[in-house]
Amino acid sequence: MTTTTQSGSGQPVYTGSGTPTGDEEVVLAFTEVDVRFKTEFGSVHAVKGVDLRVRPGEVVALVGESGSGKSVTSMTAMRLLPRNATIGGQVDVAGREVGRLSESNMRRLRGNDVAMVFQEPMTALNPVLTIGTQMVESMELHGVSRGAAAWKRAIELLGMVGIPEPERQMRKYPHELSGGQRQRVVIAIAISCDPKVIIADEPTTALDVTVQADILDLLRSLKDKLNTGILLITHNMGVVADMADRVAVMFKGEIVERGTVEEVLLHPNHEYTKMLLGSVPRMGHGRGQMDIRVKEEIDADAPLAIELKNLVIEYQRLGKAPFRAVDDVSFDVHQGEIVGLVGESGSGKSTIGRCALGLIPAAAGEFRLLGENITGMKRGDLKPLRKRIGVIFQDPAASLNPRLPIGECIAEPLVVHQVGDRKSREKRVYDLLDAVHLPREVYNRYPHEVSGGQRQRISVARALTLDPELLVADEPTSALDVSVQARVLKIFAELQEQFGFACLFISHDLAVIDLLAHKVVVLQNGKVVEAGPREQIMENPTQEYTQRLIAAAPVPDPLEQGRRRRDRHELLREQGEEVVELNVDADQFHQASREAEVVEVDGTDDQPRR
Amino acid sequence: MTDNHRPDDPEHTPAASSVEEVYSVEKQIDLSQKSYSQGQLVRRRFFRHRGAMVSLFVLVFITVMAFTSIGYGLIPSWWDKTFYDAGAAVDGGRPTMQLWPFQIGEHPFGQDTIGKDYFALTMRGTQRSLIVAFTVGLLSTVIGTLIGAIAGFFRGWVEAILMRVTDLFIIIPLLVLAAVVGKMASGIWWLALMLSLLTWTGLARLVRGEVLSLREREFVTAAEAIGTGPWRIIFKHILPNTIGTIIVSATLAIAATILLESALSFLGYGVRAPDTSLGLLISTYQNAFLTRPWLFWWPGLMILGIALSVNFLGDGLRDAFDPRQNRTAD
Repeated sequence: MTTTTQSGSGQPVYTGSGTPTGDEEVVLAFTEVDVRFKTEFGSVHAVKGVDLRVRPGEVVALVGESGSGKSVTSMTAMRLLPRNATIGGQVDVAGREVGRLSESNMRRLRGNDVAMVFQEPMTALNPVLTIGTQMVESMELHGVSRGAAAWKRAIELLGMVGIPEPERQMRKYPHELSGGQRQRVVIAIAISCDPKVIIADEPTTALDVTVQADILDLLRSLKDKLNTGILLITHNMGVVADMADRVAVMFKGEIVERGTVEEVLLHPNHEYTKMLLGSVPRMGHGRGQMDIRVKEEIDADAPLAIELKNLVIEYQRLGKAPFRAVDDVSFDVHQGEIVGLVGESGSGKSTIGRCALGLIPAAAGEFRLLGENITGMKRGDLKPLRKRIGVIFQDPAASLNPRLPIGECIAEPLVVHQVGDRKSREKRVYDLLDAVHLPREVYNRYPHEVSGGQRQRISVARALTLDPELLVADEPTSALDVSVQARVLKIFAELQEQFGFACLFISHDLAVIDLLAHKVVVLQNGKVVEAGPREQIMENPTQEYTQRLIAAAPVPDPLEQGRRRRDRHELLREQGEEVVELNVDADQFHQASREAEVVEVDGTDDQPRR
Repeated sequence: MTDNHRPDDPEHTPAASSVEEVYSVEKQIDLSQKSYSQGQLVRRRFFRHRGAMVSLFVLVFITVMAFTSIGYGLIPSWWDKTFYDAGAAVDGGRPTMQLWPFQIGEHPFGQDTIGKDYFALTMRGTQRSLIVAFTVGLLSTVIGTLIGAIAGFFRGWVEAILMRVTDLFIIIPLLVLAAVVGKMASGIWWLALMLSLLTWTGLARLVRGEVLSLREREFVTAAEAIGTGPWRIIFKHILPNTIGTIIVSATLAIAATILLESALSFLGYGVRAPDTSLGLLISTYQNAFLTRPWLFWWPGLMILGIALSVNFLGDGLRDAFDPRQNRTAD
């Protein structure tokens, strides 16, 4: 489906998704949508006149960083914005104007014509109701099916989205399923009423990369088989390349560029799109992207900063055998070396990081930190060691005390370890603010006054206050927007070169690890799967798990991603795993939904909104 | 949408040059703008809360009137009668205050059965009640915060002991215990101290809950990883973040104490004659309600005024500390 037409002058004009050509069917249409929020500090103009069309069977990706208004735009279609929002323009779902529907017709529209898949499946599902109850509820509310028939239909739906033993899962509660299975349940609920369009708001952001690839496969087969339109909201350019037919890039409430996925991702016109694509680290491109340089030569005889020998870490559980989070892990980190600790959730990577900080004790084995064995060490003995270790956490909003001015925050390690006097501490803070490229004036400001990336730079500054020999960075850029992440990574690489600290870099993002680390350790379920120099792991992984992990990471290039996807499916088949798809016959599915539809939905009524 | 489109946003400084800066999602740090600390933001929201402002005015008015009219310690009095001297009855002891035409008269609140000036008596009672309430509010808050914070932060056996002690205080009926203690204690300061020792339990539990959730936050972990000691973490990192809960609970404790003190004095366990308090005034003159209703109404109104305004203040503070309870623009 191409949207490029020739204008009179012969120049290609990207009419893109904004202008439906001719009488094509449109399932979701935004026309001049404009949203303002009234707040305590005046009005916020969140969406400034957005035009967008989604046709059946296509995926339109709405891309943008935080604050671009992409989620707010999609919420107008569900009419789920808070009361302090003023909405202008027109939104049509399946040919009906959302703003003119009465509340009861709107309720019927949600689910029947437009369904939603949210970012966090744990919060999208009610934790006190079983999966079955929630699935049946949605069908009964929309009059699709009732009672025993609905229960049967729910089991079918779960089977379609690839949940094993659907009868058994129906009686389970959300917390008993894994993240990927939960997201499948959410998708099953979304398609239960056979909607014409699905709004997927960051559907894979909370998931691990291999699970993400599965869910994307599922969504793709869903729109192919059921001819459902999908509005995909995401910040991840790799996901866009993998899924989207057409793309609209949003920045501060406006669409700055639109076109087919190839046009936008391969030949971006707008400077913002170019910058955005330029800040995404790409798998398989290794070093030197985005001007980030790391000192390559590491002194192999340098003393060890971290030495793990058969480390075991256990969490005590009440009345049950302790849970073994880290099992027999051995690796070491030389001075001046960056070691990437990679793994999916539950692999124990953060646990090792916390152990390195002395926050949790090791159950067995040996953890030598800067030459000293910390297993079984007392709190008091740990303190001088802590002076030599810096730490950066994932969420800069949570890791800075909201009540402490930024300057005091950075100076805190100096105060705790009684280094220097007031004057020299102040000077050190100013030097560090310079080093992370923040203005000195932020000294007396509070964390809430600066944005995420700036806060993370403050965390970096605080970690370096005492000139540590070892830095533990636990997912330091995972909570940041891509353009911001690029900046933080660059500063990080600069500082590493300047200060020469050893670093335990914990991350789930293989592309970032590829960019920075000298050595990579891959973890799964608390065990080391594979460890070695970066080139070896990234380019010639020998273990199946590592291969799957690397194959699942999407790249922001639709052609390359298509190739990678096929390669991945190949790999999965070789390894005897299944490629996820929606197990359904389209005609039967639509037929079943139509027959079941007992409630006749009447057309637009003229009641004005609220 | 043109290609060289630039967002015409007021947030953008024209000086921004590079692409990164023009299209940054991060807000520019506006150095010309005044920096507000969280405290300042809270203050701003509080002073915009109409109910709280009216209550603050009422409370200050009552307090100033109570302490200056008949004097307290070094504060001189401007009212010419005392609360213990009886005078000749004027108009059968009825209040002489009138709103229209406005006049205060000899005994604005009337006189009691033996001719004492009831305005002076009520003011004396208000003084006593306020002293007890604010002392208890302050002391019980300090005790409750400390115990809650220590229990919540250290966990383990420290928590077990402290919370069982708290439970012990909670299961004993407050009125019974207060009555016993009130019998032993003499003098208003003793009474205040005893009441503080009995009323800290609620706050201790609240603070413990807050601390339990705060200690799992990353900034506390970060502080711990730096090597910060437990006491510094409690006082520098955790407690400042619970200040909202603490202040709100303290104001509510003050309101509750006013009522508790009145109840105790009414039962005869609190403040005792010849001294007086609002509760005692009501209890003394409850039989005169039908013949001289003003003897009941004036202290009653004072209790109502103080308790209501302190409660409203607490509401205002809670709203100010918790911006998430969004008030839509009026």
